[in-house]
Amino acid sequence: MQFMLLFSRQGKLRLQKWYVPLSDKEKKKITRELVQTVLARKPKMCSFLEWRDLKIVYKRYASLYFCCAIEDQDNELITLEIIHRYVELLDKYFGSVCELDIIFNFEKAYFILDEFLLGGEVQETSKKNVLKAIEQADLLQEKTETMYHSKIFIGFKKAY
Amino acid sequence: AKYISQCIDEIKQELKQDNIAVKANAVCKLTYLQMLGYDISWAAFNIIEVMSASKFTFKRIGYLAASQSFHEGTDVIMLTTNQIRKDLSSPSQYDTGVALTGLSCFVTPDLARDLANDIMTLMSHTKPYIRKKAVLIMYKVFLKYPESLRPAFPRLKEKLEDPDPGVQSAAVNVICELARRNPKNYLSLAPLFFKLMTSSTNNWVLIKIIKLFGALTPLEPRLGKKLIEPLTNLIHSTSAMSLLYECVNTVIAVLISLSSGMPNHSASIQLCVQKLRILIEDSDQNLKYLGLLAMSKILKTHPKSVQSHKDLILQCLDDKDESIRLRALDLLYGMVSKKNLMEIVKKLMTHVDKAEGTTYRDELLTKIIDICSQSNYQYITNFEWYISILVELTRLEGTRHGHLIAAQMLDVAIRVKAIRKFAVSQMSALLDSAHLLASSTQRNGICEVLYAAAWICGEFSEHLQEPHHTLEAMLRPKVTTLPGHIQAVYVQNVVKLYANILQQKEQAGEAEGAQAVTQLMVDRLPQFVQSADLEVQERASCILQLVKHIQKLQAKDVPVAEEVSALFAGELNPVAPKAQKKVPVPEGLDLDAWINEPLSDSESEDERPRAVFHEEEQRRPKHRPSEADEEELARRREARKQEQANNPFYIKSSPSPQKRYQDTPGVEHIPVVQIDLSVPLKVPGLPMSDQYVRLEEERRHRQKLEKDKRRKKRKEKEKKGKRRHSSLPTESDEDIAPAQQVDIVTEEMPENALPSDEDDKDPNDPYRALDIDLDKPLADSEKLPVQKHRNAETSKSPEKDVPVVEKKSKKPKKKEKKHKEKERDKEKKREKEKKKSPKHKKKKHKKEKEERTKGKKKSKKQPLGSEEAAGEPVQNGAAEEEPLPPESSYSLLAENSYVKMTCDIRGSLQEDSQVTVAIVLENRSSSILKGMELSVLDSLNARMARPQGSSVHDGVPVPFQLPPGVSNEAQYVFTIQSIVMAQKLKGTLSFIAKNDEGATHEKLDFRLHFSCSSYLTTTPCYSDAFAKLLESGDLSMSSVKVDGIRMSFQNLLAKICFHHHFSVVERVDSCASMYSRSIQGHHICLLVKKGENSVSVDGKCSDSTLLSNLLEEMKATLAKC
Repeated sequence: MQFMLLFSRQGKLRLQKWYVPLSDKEKKKITRELVQTVLARKPKMCSFLEWRDLKIVYKRYASLYFCCAIEDQDNELITLEIIHRYVELLDKYFGSVCELDIIFNFEKAYFILDEFLLGGEVQETSKKNVLKAIEQADLLQEKTETMYHSKIFIGFKKAY
Repeated sequence: AKYISQCIDEIKQELKQDNIAVKANAVCKLTYLQMLGYDISWAAFNIIEVMSASKFTFKRIGYLAASQSFHEGTDVIMLTTNQIRKDLSSPSQYDTGVALTGLSCFVTPDLARDLANDIMTLMSHTKPYIRKKAVLIMYKVFLKYPESLRPAFPRLKEKLEDPDPGVQSAAVNVICELARRNPKNYLSLAPLFFKLMTSSTNNWVLIKIIKLFGALTPLEPRLGKKLIEPLTNLIHSTSAMSLLYECVNTVIAVLISLSSGMPNHSASIQLCVQKLRILIEDSDQNLKYLGLLAMSKILKTHPKSVQSHKDLILQCLDDKDESIRLRALDLLYGMVSKKNLMEIVKKLMTHVDKAEGTTYRDELLTKIIDICSQSNYQYITNFEWYISILVELTRLEGTRHGHLIAAQMLDVAIRVKAIRKFAVSQMSALLDSAHLLASSTQRNGICEVLYAAAWICGEFSEHLQEPHHTLEAMLRPKVTTLPGHIQAVYVQNVVKLYANILQQKEQAGEAEGAQAVTQLMVDRLPQFVQSADLEVQERASCILQLVKHIQKLQAKDVPVAEEVSALFAGELNPVAPKAQKKVPVPEGLDLDAWINEPLSDSESEDERPRAVFHEEEQRRPKHRPSEADEEELARRREARKQEQANNPFYIKSSPSPQKRYQDTPGVEHIPVVQIDLSVPLKVPGLPMSDQYVRLEEERRHRQKLEKDKRRKKRKEKEKKGKRRHSSLPTESDEDIAPAQQVDIVTEEMPENALPSDEDDKDPNDPYRALDIDLDKPLADSEKLPVQKHRNAETSKSPEKDVPVVEKKSKKPKKKEKKHKEKERDKEKKREKEKKKSPKHKKKKHKKEKEERTKGKKKSKKQPLGSEEAAGEPVQNGAAEEEPLPPESSYSLLAENSYVKMTCDIRGSLQEDSQVTVAIVLENRSSSILKGMELSVLDSLNARMARPQGSSVHDGVPVPFQLPPGVSNEAQYVFTIQSIVMAQKLKGTLSFIAKNDEGATHEKLDFRLHFSCSSYLTTTPCYSDAFAKLLESGDLSMSSVKVDGIRMSFQNLLAKICFHHHFSVVERVDSCASMYSRSIQGHHICLLVKKGENSVSVDGKCSDSTLLSNLLEEMKATLAKC
């Protein structure tokens, strides 16, 4: 997998993870381009599209689009599975996840993704194990910290 | 934005504080901003600060920020090396984990190099959580630092059998990814994966393994046969669509690689197609899409089985989803035949009309053209129909593909001679209505069509019905609004037309008419002279002068038409774009000194005008590699004769280079088949393509009646056809003869055109660096550098590239050993399976090498308790090992109380007449050995390669020092003149031994023994090539017999392979043929037979001295058994 993007229906980027080194400019360009193409597609259309020499696999969950870029020989269906598995993980972790969860706790969302995928490859297929790892890592972290963060990001949220 | 800049200021303030919690928070905020698209590279240093925080909370945030914002260009990244190393070895698994995760995102070549060793250690961490991360990150490391692959590979392989499923799947992932790039290096792992595949139930892992097999099968067809069964089972049993899809995909890949059609395979194809049909019929758009995608893969090899599903595909054309429609279009491309082409295109044309959205319509348009023009218009039976389709397509509004249509029009008009008349009439109609095209569509792509139209009308003006009318159409003032390049073509072709008209008029004796035309030209041309486009301007003014001159001549009643039309005499033939490049340099022709000596017996060459020849030569690309290998030369020689007849550059009798295009002999050689056209050539007005469908049907009907008559004709045609290009329509299987013949000019591509592989390779492919033979023994130079001393040491020995051997913890070493034992047991089993296979020889070869690696290790480990300290940082635990007692190819050279020298001599494949001598020096004293120098007395026959500028008597320095108990290897290259005899060289090693008491100067003499076997390089050989070699008869023969051998034949062969660098070609019972090659290219073939208690070796070799010496050596080896 080359990268994963999460963006809202309004085209706002919510999460991005790049597994290939690219310059910021390039990343921005790709993001803009993909967000546009994916948003323009109708709901009835299939979730795959060919883009440059990559294949894009996307899926919409509620108001969020999950969008992955994979290479030519990769399996599209398994990528859909990966997306789904990630959503399940988020769901389990946050308890019925919504867009706001990902905005406020974006670092958590990243941590979960990192436990699940590494370097673009699935590292742990068991949901249980991923969540266990995350929870234990969280134990190391003081609870007050997370609270503090959330408050600050409410400020950010206002700007959008 | 104002709010954001305020925030950033705030963050900057926070970053300046000492409190790490505040800082971490600031960095966290920055990460968010980065996602929103703000540049936070200025904070890179602060991120590192947070990364190095001791608390996990902050560290986590730091790494997250780093992984999001760092990239290869971040200069502070090198500051992180030590921090990461510290975290990697942290006692907390989460610290390590977070560091690994972060590293996976921003690993750079430098980081990869420095940390590879640490990650390697983590791969055998006690916690599976770390192991799996470490395994996965190795892939990234390999990409950045390919040198690490070979040392790390054994351990990676070990992880395939890790007890933890997560680690196992991680290892599968990594190897699968690696193997997809360079499958050939991973063939040896196939049995292991096969076992995993049949035992694993994890779909994720299964998919990866199956994918890996997909990559491997093209290289090893036998694997494919084995795979089919379990895969079909999976296809039947699995409920997971993703797995099903992957299986189908791989089955397809397997079937493609198994080109030989076997009866039972059609069953699996049918199964695949059936399953795909289910996918396509599914209501889920995704499955539909993938079904079509996979279908198109099958189509390439088994078009028949897909064609039966045409109905389904055509249905998909009506799908709501554009991407599905596009996929279906792709499929149609392969499904057309002569019978259904018109029908399919008709259907497509209706879609073109319906299609909203220009991109899809453009796609349709290109597809129509692709479908029709594929393999040289193979499926088109009626070109009038095609031309009218093209003309219809020009009426599309707003298409970008005007140039495509134009190119097609030109191509068809040039190639299909019979159609020119019709084409010209259509084109003149187009030109007539040019204003419609040009104005209504606001100058978009479609006006490109006019380019073609103008050219066709000009070039084939003799076919024009009303040339005068067309001429006027082309001279309309409106034309000047067209793009420049089109105008230029207009101008040029106006003259062609003009020349034609002039001739007609003169022949008819209408002097006045001719003058009128000239006047028209003189009147209208100035509008082009004023053009802003340089090309147009130049052509126009040139032609204007010409026409004015003609006018003067006409006034004097001089007939000019002949001369004017001579301007455009001759015919243009299509030449493939790469044709020029592909003309190989004829052998015997030295590009640098083109002396006109007669080249060969061919008449045509001698007749060829020198001037032309000379000019051609200069134009040929100089960069052609002139040192073509033998094989290529042979091929060229064969192709040469045909080439001379067909090559446009071999012009037999053209009077001057300017007229070269005129009557090229090749054109006449091509039999243009005249077919009596049963279709009226001209359909009045602008015909609609539909008419042709009807006409075509009629024609076919009529054809059936004429069948017998035709068949006779066809036979003739086929006879002629044999001399033509092979890609011409093959009519034998279809009953429809094309109405017009496509003129595929043979010299379009010179026949001996070289395969254009070099075009395809992308030198920048990052994965190419990973194309490493993993089964080769690990040379010292490949050990992973251990950081501490790296800088100091490399600076000392930059060219030699022999990093210092470092002390290494004992732990991994022991593991390595265990692993090896395991490996050996397994290998025994595998050995049994493999015995009968023809692939055996390859295995053998590998094993032999591996054994050598092992031998190397052994030799280093020999005496003294300090052996572990001397161990290599990372061992290549060699893929598979021989069940023989370990042997060393390193022989003792000399030893004394200070140092022990062992050496191994290997022929080098790259350089003729060179051998590499690897000398292992082991310090067995308690002093540091330094300043080591090796001096060897050269003989007439063998010379040591010395650094430039040093004299024969100087010693060559050994590029390392040896602390007590350590051993290391140095390599030297020797150049050998004659390799048929064994020989010995005297040499001395001098060194300084330094200990607490002081330093002493010491010396050690040795004799280097170059045996004939050391000049051989293990070269695998296939049995057919082997047989050819034996048949060729230019090998001399000799044989030896050794008695009293009790060793098993298997081991015996292994010994010969190992000591004498042979490889087994074939083995039948107690008889084996073996092959090797000397560094100077002698072939040595052996036939080894084992009797009761004896072994006889018959040898054949291109050099008898070499052979007898070799056999002597072999005898000595065998006698020891």
